Amino acid sequence: MNLEAVKSIYFFEMARTRRTLLQSVVSPVISTSLYFIVFGAAVGSRIQEIDGVSYGAFITPGLIMLTLLTQCIGNGSFGIYFPKFTGTIYELLSSPVSMTEIVLGYVGAAATKGMMIGIIILGTASLFVDLSIAHPFVMLLFFVLTAITFSLFGFIIGIWAKDFEQLNLIPMLVIPPLVFLGGSFYSVNMLPPFWQAVSHFNPVLYLISGFRWSFFEIADVNPVVSFAIIIVFLAVLMGLLTWIFRTGYRLRN
Amino acid sequence: MAPIVSVSNLVKTYASGFQALKDVSLDIEEGEILALLGPNGAGKTTLISIICGIVNPTGGTVLVGGHDVVTDFRATRAMIGLVPQELTTDQFETVWNTVSFSRGLHGKKPNPAHIEKVLKDLSLYDKKDNMLRELSGGMKRRVLIAKALSHEPRVLFLDEPTAGVDVNLRKDMWQVVEKLRETGVTIILTTHYIEEAEEIADRVGVINGGKILLIEDKKDLMKKLGRKELRVDLQEPISSLPETLSSYDLTIEDDGNSLIYDYNTAGERTGITTLLTALAEAGIRLKDISTRQSSLEDIFVELVGARP
Repeated sequence: MNLEAVKSIYFFEMARTRRTLLQSVVSPVISTSLYFIVFGAAVGSRIQEIDGVSYGAFITPGLIMLTLLTQCIGNGSFGIYFPKFTGTIYELLSSPVSMTEIVLGYVGAAATKGMMIGIIILGTASLFVDLSIAHPFVMLLFFVLTAITFSLFGFIIGIWAKDFEQLNLIPMLVIPPLVFLGGSFYSVNMLPPFWQAVSHFNPVLYLISGFRWSFFEIADVNPVVSFAIIIVFLAVLMGLLTWIFRTGYRLRN
Repeated sequence: MAPIVSVSNLVKTYASGFQALKDVSLDIEEGEILALLGPNGAGKTTLISIICGIVNPTGGTVLVGGHDVVTDFRATRAMIGLVPQELTTDQFETVWNTVSFSRGLHGKKPNPAHIEKVLKDLSLYDKKDNMLRELSGGMKRRVLIAKALSHEPRVLFLDEPTAGVDVNLRKDMWQVVEKLRETGVTIILTTHYIEEAEEIADRVGVINGGKILLIEDKKDLMKKLGRKELRVDLQEPISSLPETLSSYDLTIEDDGNSLIYDYNTAGERTGITTLLTALAEAGIRLKDISTRQSSLEDIFVELVGARP
């Protein structure tokens, strides 16, 4: 294992966050605060409690997930796409690093950044609403697993993308509808039966539901199922990555 | 001694069907400077890319220091430094960070003293805290060399190192290469500038259409293929050659003021003595005589049929 290389990639990527502090950290915090002001304070004050939880608190796990998914995908994809775009990828490919080490460096940094912002948002949320975490370890497990899984997803997008449009396609067009329709702002039980059934095809629903369960012990689906869904998604991504490494897809051709 | 780089029957066919390398074999000895000449699209960069691990080979094997570049890539890539053709840099990084990053990628522990030395050798030290986007093209090229040297490689690949670099900088680069050779680093460079190969290489390889046309000691090559030209300036111009001189391969130049005689130094007889005697017998009086050795460029054009 070339640990020096993993460290170099990791810290090189983390240094980018320091340089782009406004864009990386401040902007998601501001946008989340806006959600709390609009949905938590303004609209939320007129919405009744959901399963005994105030609306402001109810949406917190969903908002953290929204940010975590977007940030992890964004960081994971940009980290590997940028060297491809500038051409500096030659160095990565001609270094004595295995693809596993490249992934550890990039995905590790992307997940760390995502989690840092997630924690900041959790802190911001606690300023607006009264939060309690019923199962801190389960919450941490969902948090870390989601960060790693979606950073990996981002990494694959970054390898696949041929231009900036493709790079932004999934984070901008696919993730927001999935998060918004995955019960971030409501319980799917509030939907008519047909849409409830449709919602169960949305993988993000399981993430948000499981994550919310760790806070309030209320869930749209069994938390064990939520956990299983993340593991399955992670396994699929790992499989895809193995194939990419073996074939050198869009990297060594 | 076993060659430091050994390429055997290397083939590369891209997904588009384009065959960039057709059965290339070549050995590179430790400590030498090898220049690879060839026109655009000849396969130079593909060859380098495979040795360095950037491109997967379709067939054949490459050994670096006795290790296979595919199955034992950690050992081979740790030995190799690569300076790419394109000026690819992370614009927003500082010189120091980007060079240190390269060292880390190659699995070496941080060594600020070595990085400082590399930067000083390349006259980059006073720019160490500058962002790369603030540097000129020539300076960026030096940064790429510094990155390639950051992990103390035994083999250095320079892909068109002086493309787009002004004359002074090019001379500086040659000095850098010369210094590196003194430290025992093996250097493989591809170039468009024949004078570069002529100036610094020990051996010259010519590649075209995915094949190595020749690879030879530079001096031997110039001797073997080197044609010489004898120029005879006349006291009085002539309009045509006298009958007695028709058997010689002579051309009249400068409105009849000079005669050019091509001969091969490798031949047993150059024919110069008999030519000069024949000229005297024909009553042609000479003003001056000079000779010129054909350059690597002439050799190249002859081989490839095109300028590099």
